[in-house]
Amino acid sequence: MSAVEDVVTEAPAVEAVPKRAMTLGLGTSLVVLAALALAPLFVKNFIIFQMTMLLIYGLAVLALNILTGGSGQFSLGQSAFYAVGAYTSAILMEHVGMNYALTLPIAGIICFAFGFVFGQPALRLSGVYLALATFALAVAMPQLLKLGFFEHWTGGVQGLVVTKPDAPFGLPMSQDMWLYYFTLVITIGIYIASVNLLRSRSGRAFMAIRDNEIAASAMGVDVALYKTLAFGVSAGITGVAGGLGAIAVQFVAPDGYTITLAISLFLGMVVGGVGWLPGSIVGSAFIIFVPNIAEGISKGLSGAVFGVLLFLVIFLVPHGARQVAMVAQQLIGKLKK
Amino acid sequence: MRSATIRSAAFWTALVTFAAANGSALAQKKYDTGATDTEIKIGHIVPYSGPASAYGIIGKTEEAYFKMINENGGINGRKIKFISYDDAYSPPKAVEQVRKLVESDEVLLVFNALGTPSNTAIQKYLNSKKVPQLFVATGATKWNDPTHFPWTIGWQPSYQSEARIYAKFLMKEKPDAKVAVLYQNDDFGKDYLKGLKDGFAAKASTIIAEESYEVSEPTIDNHIVKLKASGADVVISITTPKFAAQTIKKMAEIDWKALQIVANVSTSVGAVMKPAGFENGQGVLSAHYAKDAGDAQWKDDPGMKKFLAFLDKHYPDADRSNSQVIYGYGAAQTLTKILEMCGDDLTRANIMKQASNLKDFTPDTLLPGVKINTSATDFAPIEQLQMMRFKGEKWEMFGDVISGEAATH
Repeated sequence: MSAVEDVVTEAPAVEAVPKRAMTLGLGTSLVVLAALALAPLFVKNFIIFQMTMLLIYGLAVLALNILTGGSGQFSLGQSAFYAVGAYTSAILMEHVGMNYALTLPIAGIICFAFGFVFGQPALRLSGVYLALATFALAVAMPQLLKLGFFEHWTGGVQGLVVTKPDAPFGLPMSQDMWLYYFTLVITIGIYIASVNLLRSRSGRAFMAIRDNEIAASAMGVDVALYKTLAFGVSAGITGVAGGLGAIAVQFVAPDGYTITLAISLFLGMVVGGVGWLPGSIVGSAFIIFVPNIAEGISKGLSGAVFGVLLFLVIFLVPHGARQVAMVAQQLIGKLKK
Repeated sequence: MRSATIRSAAFWTALVTFAAANGSALAQKKYDTGATDTEIKIGHIVPYSGPASAYGIIGKTEEAYFKMINENGGINGRKIKFISYDDAYSPPKAVEQVRKLVESDEVLLVFNALGTPSNTAIQKYLNSKKVPQLFVATGATKWNDPTHFPWTIGWQPSYQSEARIYAKFLMKEKPDAKVAVLYQNDDFGKDYLKGLKDGFAAKASTIIAEESYEVSEPTIDNHIVKLKASGADVVISITTPKFAAQTIKKMAEIDWKALQIVANVSTSVGAVMKPAGFENGQGVLSAHYAKDAGDAQWKDDPGMKKFLAFLDKHYPDADRSNSQVIYGYGAAQTLTKILEMCGDDLTRANIMKQASNLKDFTPDTLLPGVKINTSATDFAPIEQLQMMRFKGEKWEMFGDVISGEAATH
């Protein structure tokens, strides 16, 4: 083992998170849910669209959280899975004429397979090396989508324009609102499934691998299987998020899925708190709204302002939203006494 | 009962009188969302950050231009409120920002949004909302489609227009030319190739060889060698800057002395001609539609003087030789012209009507003779270019301004 690897193993970047600390209490969950369900009734369509994107990126961050927070593997390649999901939905809707809702499970399954297969070679790599391998995937994806070979399906650099679905059964709501509730239901479904997954036998296996791979295998955990499985699940959820993103934005193009997106998702995970699933939404809010705030402060230096804000967050609350939530919880606990 | 009828009659008379009075007032001034007696709100997106942030200069130039307009009293007494957002050259971000402009800032129109992917992403939305998508900053030909997208209009010459100009030039100057075409295998390259073929029309056999390359290829030397073997004496290089420089260099290396025409996107002296070697680039041809502020021949040109005075006063830290500054100025001036023509009828429909009714309009920064013309069936404002030849360390214009307008519309 090289010196670099020693350093990496000595101080694991992903801290052990006890599984009970991975979720919110029932009461808090219901309040958040009610807020998410009622908010669109009072705001403009544009805000609803932003909230939809919030949920979609939230899903993608959640997927990364399962991979990194759950099984301890890094990925800078989530944008590639997101792109595959988005293109799968777009192609099925525009070329095959399939219903948008049906394209999502297909996008999920294709991405699951893609992630599972990619997880095989990734098995040999860990820590920063794995991060680099996935980085390569993210860099390659936009170019692959531009290849002339696929152009008939992908539309090449021009991308594909997707038709936005109307609300079904003549429901009296705008396209944006319908899509928001549609996304909300899927997000809640995936969130509950993810929480259950991490609480299950497989989830415990993920966390055992994260905490100590050798100990996990000594206890009889099939390390190879569970590591690739984590990749598959993460890619599958990201694919569903990508499909939803394509429907919400009504457009897919290679330039929408560059490495910048992968880094944003990674950023969202860190800001939300690694391994803390509810933090995914907070992280997603950070990557959507903070660039807008930074732009509002200075147009020419928006990148620098964003950097400063990010630095402040990492410096003041290194564990992200999870830390804030815990402090808040303690304060409330004291007040009750 | 009777008094009730009378009272109701009186009420209706009053109402009708009121409506008539109001109606005549409205006939003079008509507004859609985003325009009032004192203000016109204009939305704009451009990458200020990300890989294409070099284009952000266009946004800054336009902002400075509208500041100047406001200081001089605005347009027909109304101040311009120019709201410009960053889309980082990402289509999802472009959709978010444009929706913010339309639904939250409530702009009258979206102006000069940059990039083919971003504009494709917002085109359907803006057309369904009937919000003008004016003067998009991309060279794709598809923006000239008034039948399907009556709310979208281009500005700069399309790739096809430019290609048709090269075909016209060759048919006139070198009728027996044997042309080899090297093109980038994407929509930019294919748009050009179609323009060339349309331009040669019946004489399509002039093109004796076609080679395409992928942007991902590290070098395109083998394609050049292959083209040389075809025996062509003219090379049309539909390439982006890196590959244009490689082509010029490789042709000199293998001592292939064919006439070379390079696409307008790759005419930067700093990014193409210098890396290729000035000695290798002598005699290379291209075409352009705007003046170059770094060129001494425009020193006494009134338009250029106006442009430089604007920069001195309102945008002093601009790089004068940057073509994006020239671009932004020209586009902003065109919008100003449209808004002046609209007068007090600032409805979205009237804006599209005026935008498609430009007759021989010439912004200060375009070459003399290049005129903007549009009509209800022609949504391609600039369609003329002038040929230029590389000599020494700069481009020299020559010949007349040539129109790249398609023969049939």
